[in-house]
Amino acid sequence: MVQPRESAQAATPVERSVPRADAAAGLRIRRAIVDRAMQGVLALAAASSIAVTLGIVYILISESVPFFRAVGLKDFLTDTMWTPQFAVPRYGIVPLLMGTLVTTMVALAVALPVGTIIAIWLSEFAPARLRETVKPVLELLAAVPTVVYGYFALLFVTPLFQRLWPDLPTFNMLGAGLVMGIMIIPYVSSLSEDAMRAVPMLLREGSFAVGGNKIVTATRVVFPAALSGIAAAYVLGISRAVGETMIVAVAAGQQPISIDPSRPLDAMNPGQPGATITAFIVSVSLGDVQHGEIGYQAIFAAGLTLFVATLGFNVAGYVLRKRFRQAY
Amino acid sequence: MTPIERTIRFRRYQDAAFQVLGASLTVVALLVLGALVLDLAKTGLGRLSWSFLTSFPSRKAEQAGIASAIVGSFYVMIVTAFTAIPLGVAAGMYLEEYSRRNWFTAIIEINIANLAGVPSIVYGLMALSLFVYTFGLGESILAGGLTLALLILPIVIVATREALRSIPLHIREAAYAMGATRWQVVRHHLLPYSTGGIATGVIIALSRAIGETAPLITIGALTFIAFLPPTPLTPRPEEDGGGLYGPFEWLDSGFTVLPIQMFNWVSRPGEAFLANAAAAGIVLIVATLGLNALAIVVRNRMRRRIRW
Repeated sequence: MVQPRESAQAATPVERSVPRADAAAGLRIRRAIVDRAMQGVLALAAASSIAVTLGIVYILISESVPFFRAVGLKDFLTDTMWTPQFAVPRYGIVPLLMGTLVTTMVALAVALPVGTIIAIWLSEFAPARLRETVKPVLELLAAVPTVVYGYFALLFVTPLFQRLWPDLPTFNMLGAGLVMGIMIIPYVSSLSEDAMRAVPMLLREGSFAVGGNKIVTATRVVFPAALSGIAAAYVLGISRAVGETMIVAVAAGQQPISIDPSRPLDAMNPGQPGATITAFIVSVSLGDVQHGEIGYQAIFAAGLTLFVATLGFNVAGYVLRKRFRQAY
Repeated sequence: MTPIERTIRFRRYQDAAFQVLGASLTVVALLVLGALVLDLAKTGLGRLSWSFLTSFPSRKAEQAGIASAIVGSFYVMIVTAFTAIPLGVAAGMYLEEYSRRNWFTAIIEINIANLAGVPSIVYGLMALSLFVYTFGLGESILAGGLTLALLILPIVIVATREALRSIPLHIREAAYAMGATRWQVVRHHLLPYSTGGIATGVIIALSRAIGETAPLITIGALTFIAFLPPTPLTPRPEEDGGGLYGPFEWLDSGFTVLPIQMFNWVSRPGEAFLANAAAAGIVLIVATLGLNALAIVVRNRMRRRIRW
């Protein structure tokens, strides 16, 4: 039996034909109802992702409001001490931000150049079959659990460095940041490589025709043409580094950096222990902090800071990716 | 040698130099992965034994094992999979097949892109307040599984959409031409044809979830668990009321997972516990890399099987 196509819009006239009540009409009505119902169910599932975001925002704000009432936003942002466990606790986020900043910088100093060079090599130099093998293997670097990376940083990389600099402390941001950088390499290289390979052959041929070699073509033609996609990859890498938790919690120590106001640049030294925002949240969670006390609220204030920071990077990355898709 | 010849020679030299640089950096990156695996194996392989896999954690490093961590990881993954897969696939279906390009869809898309980049520990904070305290789930397997489900939801959604996008339009048109409703097209055609792609994405997502530590620490998963969650429909001890355990009682049980157990051992002083940490790390890395390998196999088989 051939039935007319029913779209969701056509469902209403079909339902009016109930009095005829033949088998085909009944079937059609049932199909229309199922169709409508499933559309609703699927829409609800899609909307649930918004509920998750709203939930995160609502909880981070509502749980940290009492904290900001007690500490004050100004002290939170400008105080240079983070000492929740002291008799007179001080809650300045700056030392934790410095920890996050230093480890992120170390990680990016590894991941951005190495990731970019690997991406250029894979996209412009390596033979296609080699590329298809290397890429998934390289992506395994991002699949290794971060706690395993933490172990590796603490018990392999740091001892290696201690042979070169004997006074490097066991917990330091250098080893943690470096290993974090290695973890981020595939995020940078894979996305950048996708962006560069999306650049039309035409542009490369133009460059070759006027005498460009491969590397000049890659850096002067392909790289600029793929820039928004590459920038999106960088932003994703930064976002990962800022939010990374276990590597720094295991290998960088959980003591906030102490900032000496007379020598503020010392705080930037990666060869010292330092807690990041994420490591602080972990160290509090491991202790027994009671629901509702200020230590509990402090981790939500720290989480809110983290969320705001990564939100900026994530949205920037999304916009950049959209632009790179539309380019060709 | 004329100037032009010199330039050409220099350019060739440049290319060769970059060829070497790119290849060696790639090799170095892979060597780091190799060093990590070898270092784990060197320290931990000696500890890896049947009794290590089947013992509970202990104060004595030589007697400690990962039984409760393996079982905990397994149960948490069940909750995660049963929540994230239906929700993520349904959301992906809606966004790819139903939604029109309007402001609502645009918001959902930005939102998912952002969710994928939210640090995992922030999910843990949300779960601590919402699941553990507001919903009163406590530090249970259910709370842990739901937390990780939300965490991997964006990965499942994106994988579903990509799998659907790779199905040619004429499949849909043919089905509509036969009078199928939209749901019938989705149910009878798009869903079966995209199963391989979705499965690949789901496996990758689960491999990420199995190695996730921070959000579970945040919700207060314990590090020292010397019991297993109640197995459904097995006898309950007499002092606990007798009878059988209900089919879902394990959801309320306290738990630990492999990465937390490893973290606990890494942070303890003493060589002996480090060997335990390395051994747990081997199990963990075998699980995650194994799942990733499985995903690659599924993807390759699917590519070979499907010819539009």
